[in-house]
Order: sequence, then C-alpha cells, then structure tokens
Amino acid sequence: MTNAVDAVASQSLRDDIPTFRAGDTLKVHVRVVEGNRSRVQLFQGVCIKVQGSGVGRTFTVRKVSFGVGVERTFPLHTPVLEKIEVATRGDVRRAKLYYLRNLRGKAAKIKEKREI
Amino acid sequence: MSNKLSHQKADVRGLLGRKLGMTQAWTEDNRVVPVTVVAADTNVVTQIRTQPVDGYDAVQIGFGEIDGRKVTKPRAGHFAKAGTTPRRHVVEIRTDATSGFTLGQEITADVFAGGDIVDVSGTSKGKGFAGVMKRHGFHGVGASHGAHRNHRKPGSIGGCATPGRVFPGMRMAGRMGADTVTTQSLTIHSVDVEKGLILIKGAVPGPKGGLLVIRSSTKKSAKGADQ
Repeated sequence: MTNAVDAVASQSLRDDIPTFRAGDTLKVHVRVVEGNRSRVQLFQGVCIKVQGSGVGRTFTVRKVSFGVGVERTFPLHTPVLEKIEVATRGDVRRAKLYYLRNLRGKAAKIKEKREI
Repeated sequence: MSNKLSHQKADVRGLLGRKLGMTQAWTEDNRVVPVTVVAADTNVVTQIRTQPVDGYDAVQIGFGEIDGRKVTKPRAGHFAKAGTTPRRHVVEIRTDATSGFTLGQEITADVFAGGDIVDVSGTSKGKGFAGVMKRHGFHGVGASHGAHRNHRKPGSIGGCATPGRVFPGMRMAGRMGADTVTTQSLTIHSVDVEKGLILIKGAVPGPKGGLLVIRSSTKKSAKGADQ
C-alpha cells in the first residue's frame, strides 16, 4: 500500500544531487522567474541543517549578507534548483548548526575538513 | 448560471477508490503541493437506475476485490446479472447521464483528469468517546484563578426549574469520528491511468486503506471552464 505512495513520490526525486551534510559550504543555483524570463541566481553559504526523508527532505543554507544573517530553506528535490555545488566540506560535530546564529565574524567560521 | 444545477447534475462523474496515503509533488511552476494518493482500479458498473423503472437516475458502481466464496447468494446473483466478478463495495452515484454507461463496463481512473474539481467522501477516523472541547470546540474553563478540576468541562447545560429539562440536541461529550465526511472542491493533481492512481491535492477524510467516493464537484467545475 505504501509502496504505491513511495512510487509516486520517487517520480519527483532527483538523482543529480551531490551528497553533503551540515557544515558544508554550498553554492545553490536557484532558477528565478521574472515575468516570462527566467535566470539563475546563486545563493552561497553554509548548510546548517538537513532534515526529513524522501521527497520531503529539505536543507537550510545560511549566509551573512551586508552584516545580516540570511537563511534559505530549500526542498532537496525541488525542480527550482539548477544545481547544487559543494564548495568546501566542513569539519563539524553537530548535525544542526544553530549555534552559528549567535556567532559573528571569525567565530562563525567553520574549519575545513581535512581529507585523509 | 440559471441552469447551473441541472447542468452539473447532468455530467456527474464518480468512482470509488482506496486511500493509500499522502506525499508531495511539484506543479509545473515548481510549487510544492501535498497530494493524497488514491487507488481507483477495479471500478465496474453493476446496475443502472433509470427514471421510469426506479424513479431516479443513477449509476451503481462496484469496487474492491473480494473472495467469491464470501459473497452472499443474492449479491452474487446481482453481480452475475451485470456480468462481472463480485466486488466488495457497491455505491450509487446520482447522475442524469446514465445513457453513457453499460452493465459490466469497467470504469478507469481516466474519468477524471488533472485540474478537475471533485468532492471526496469517506468515513472519518474514529476518535472514541471525546469530550466537548475536542468534539464540539468548546472553550472549556479557565486554567487558573482557582479553577478546580473543571478545565475541560462544558459548564452549564441549561436552566433550573424552568424548563426543568435539558433541551434536545444539547452538545455534550460522546462518540466522535467514524462519520461520513465529504470534503468539497478538491483539485485533482494528476491521474495515472496505467496504475489506476488518482492524486488529489490536499487531504481527504478517513484512514489509509479507507474507502472513498470521488464525485465531480457540486460547487465548482474545472479550472478554466466557465465558473
């Protein structure tokens, strides 16, 4: 019974999503429709949260723009995303990096993960 | 607009389905829509009611698999008359357009298409014996100011010596849920004829596995059509 529901959901799953986790710096290319014209907008920042499963999985990217923290939550499988690039892998010990909201400047910097 | 009612009754389409569960999908303009997945296969016309014979026009539809041994003889005969295998559920859909149906005709999910507006009836989830706050939306009694163990009580249910009784229909605690509930004006997101699935935008009454009756909407017609 649930298999049929999963089958419906799997139709809208995307397979071109790279694996990433909280702490990674992402370049999210978002399609923006302005009237009848569409262009691609870049949203770059630290992924602070990945939650949910299946078609309902979402991730949140945080960046500091002109001194103001901006967070955008995207559905992982939304067709709005042109592509997701992983700029750097972060070395973090949490799955949810809410503590970054209280940090400014150098303290909010995430150590880059050293590949071994 | 004047003949709206008669027009709507004329082309009422309907079928039975089973609620499978909910998931989400995307529209063409990339918006997320919550959808209910309904399995609507094995629908078959078991009887056609007509004005001269029955006094009203309707189509009787059978749905759902059932072991032939479990069917009573009168029911088995009814299905044999229609020339079909027995079905678990039988429901009548009132429609004027009975001439378009034949006995034993299979009805597939393609009677509806994406964008159609439908009403969906089902049996709501049973809630058991529920208090007045849950059952009727009463506001209950204050949480503090010395309120003693009456936070969720109904309060007064009427006068004293006059009228000396509780009026009939007074809303009180009792069995809640397991009622026939119709959700009106839901939009069909898409239809998968091959798998016999209908995706309906939004929630529908009842538990997963519950029987649903899907009819053309009584209030609205498909988007883009004239009102």
